[in-house]
Amino acid sequence: MTAATDFDEARSALGADATGSVRSPSAEFWRKFKQQKVALIAGAFVVLLVVVAIVAPWIVPYDVENFFDYDKLNARPSWQHWMGVDALGRDIFSRILMGARISLAAGFVSVAIGAFIGTILGLLAGYFEGWWDRVIMRFCDVLFAFPGILLAIAIVAILGGGMTNVVFAVAIFSIPTFARLVRGTTLALKHLTFVEAARSLGATDGTIIWRHIFPGTVSAVVVYFSLRIGTSIITAASLSFLGLGAQPPTPEWGAMLNSAQSEMLTAPHAAIFPALAIFFTVLAFNLLGDGLRDALDPKLERR
Amino acid sequence: MTAYIAKRLLGLMPTLLIVGILVFLFVHLLPGDPARLAAGPEATPETVDLVRKDLGLDRSLPEQFVRFALGALRFDFGTSLRTKRPVSTEIAERFMPTFWLTVWSMVWSVTIGMAIGIVSAVYRNRTPDRVGMAFAVSGISFPAFALGMVLMQVFSVQLGWLPTVGNDSWRHYILPSITLGAAVAAIMARFTRSAFVDILGDDYIRTARAKGVDETQVVVKHGLRNALIPIVTMMGLQFGFLLGGSIVVEKVFNWPGLGRLLVDAVDMRDYPVIQALVLLFSLEFILINLIVDVLYGLINPTIRYR
Repeated sequence: MTAATDFDEARSALGADATGSVRSPSAEFWRKFKQQKVALIAGAFVVLLVVVAIVAPWIVPYDVENFFDYDKLNARPSWQHWMGVDALGRDIFSRILMGARISLAAGFVSVAIGAFIGTILGLLAGYFEGWWDRVIMRFCDVLFAFPGILLAIAIVAILGGGMTNVVFAVAIFSIPTFARLVRGTTLALKHLTFVEAARSLGATDGTIIWRHIFPGTVSAVVVYFSLRIGTSIITAASLSFLGLGAQPPTPEWGAMLNSAQSEMLTAPHAAIFPALAIFFTVLAFNLLGDGLRDALDPKLERR
Repeated sequence: MTAYIAKRLLGLMPTLLIVGILVFLFVHLLPGDPARLAAGPEATPETVDLVRKDLGLDRSLPEQFVRFALGALRFDFGTSLRTKRPVSTEIAERFMPTFWLTVWSMVWSVTIGMAIGIVSAVYRNRTPDRVGMAFAVSGISFPAFALGMVLMQVFSVQLGWLPTVGNDSWRHYILPSITLGAAVAAIMARFTRSAFVDILGDDYIRTARAKGVDETQVVVKHGLRNALIPIVTMMGLQFGFLLGGSIVVEKVFNWPGLGRLLVDAVDMRDYPVIQALVLLFSLEFILINLIVDVLYGLINPTIRYR
């Protein structure tokens, strides 16, 4: 390969267009991302959700745990109660808003922990190979051997219920996914010329991993991060639905569905709104993740 | 072939051993004294000591592990703390409902998922593709328990077409297997689409078209066979998802299967049952992945077993 084609490849990878100006990676990302209307809308919805989650305690119309409208038990949606009233007389709209805070926090914190630990393990396994690789990948195999939600249930069985333990369980559940992903990318990156150049200039392993390999794994991690938040929100809500996570009267969406189950005949709206809340939240993160993937992964040019 | 399977089984041993050790240690990770848990809250200290001896909890950890492992090999996991019946009996009674539920979910979701994926790939970026992919992304975003409740509300309560809970006839299987399979169908559709899009751009597809093979033949014979390789791998992974998902779905439909047994056992801290079920679920998952690996070689002639 000649130097000229190398240079051209590097330029096109940086997003240089016909006029010869080179866009920064972030500008290039934004150029591709903004073409995707669905992902843009999903992203805007996620931002709205985050804002709602942050300000929820100040904007809810009624107290979520201690306000009881005894005259309107199981009442259908109305101007006074936008999403109706549940079996105990609590305002469902207020509880949905507060639930956004719980679900988003649970999803975000658990995936952040999982991604952090998983990325470090993946970098170590991929860069050093040998024993590091064998031990870390064996650890991942073992975690992967517990299908789906089972690992989270086993951890909750040991630690006991409650949202904190659920977050911890879902975090552990996320580690092997990120570890494998980052390991794969690291293995592909570490034999590339720029890494060898750094090594020949005397860069230490730490510098090479942190300055040269880690940035190359970021885009894959970001995409998975968004997609995993969806999975984690569902997993956390499922655990609460099974009675192993958030306990009543906490306005967690899964727990709300659990209590609504016995009232399905008289008050279907008490189940429908939390179900829709989970659905739209997870959908937004999944669509955002798809959009990020299309914008960040050069191999997946829109086709 | 046999040598390959044997080699793969040997390779699984370390993972199996570690899973076994973790499941064994589970009892000791639980807060509180397992002997007291087994004896019950009202037991006197003497009874607790007796139970401890009886369960072998007074011996050293390695001794206990050997005892546990030998028992597990004979499907002997002790007695359920809740029902006082052998754990193996409890599991045997609940095994088939979960097995059939998982199998039916897998069958319909893979069929429908692959069909949607193929149609989407063939009509890429046109209406059928957009509709199919909209369904798919909705499928992975709708939590199973919420979907189950909605389906039950509409088809059982409002319309009265299908039974609500239990597993007495084939009609009882319809809603739970749709609920359990929806996410898998969605994942299979997305995955099949991308596998097919890759393949339909390959040279041999162009060659087939160029020599005048009709389009259906191209898609089915040349495309499908090659796309099956990644798809079969994906199926194996999805089986794990179904096993885990059955836990939630069984709770919604009050299904007399292993998942509900597990949830009840966690509720009641019935640790012998939890141990046996966690071990069983992961063993199934590991074996299914082994089967997938073998199938992989049957479909893909470029892989030779060594």
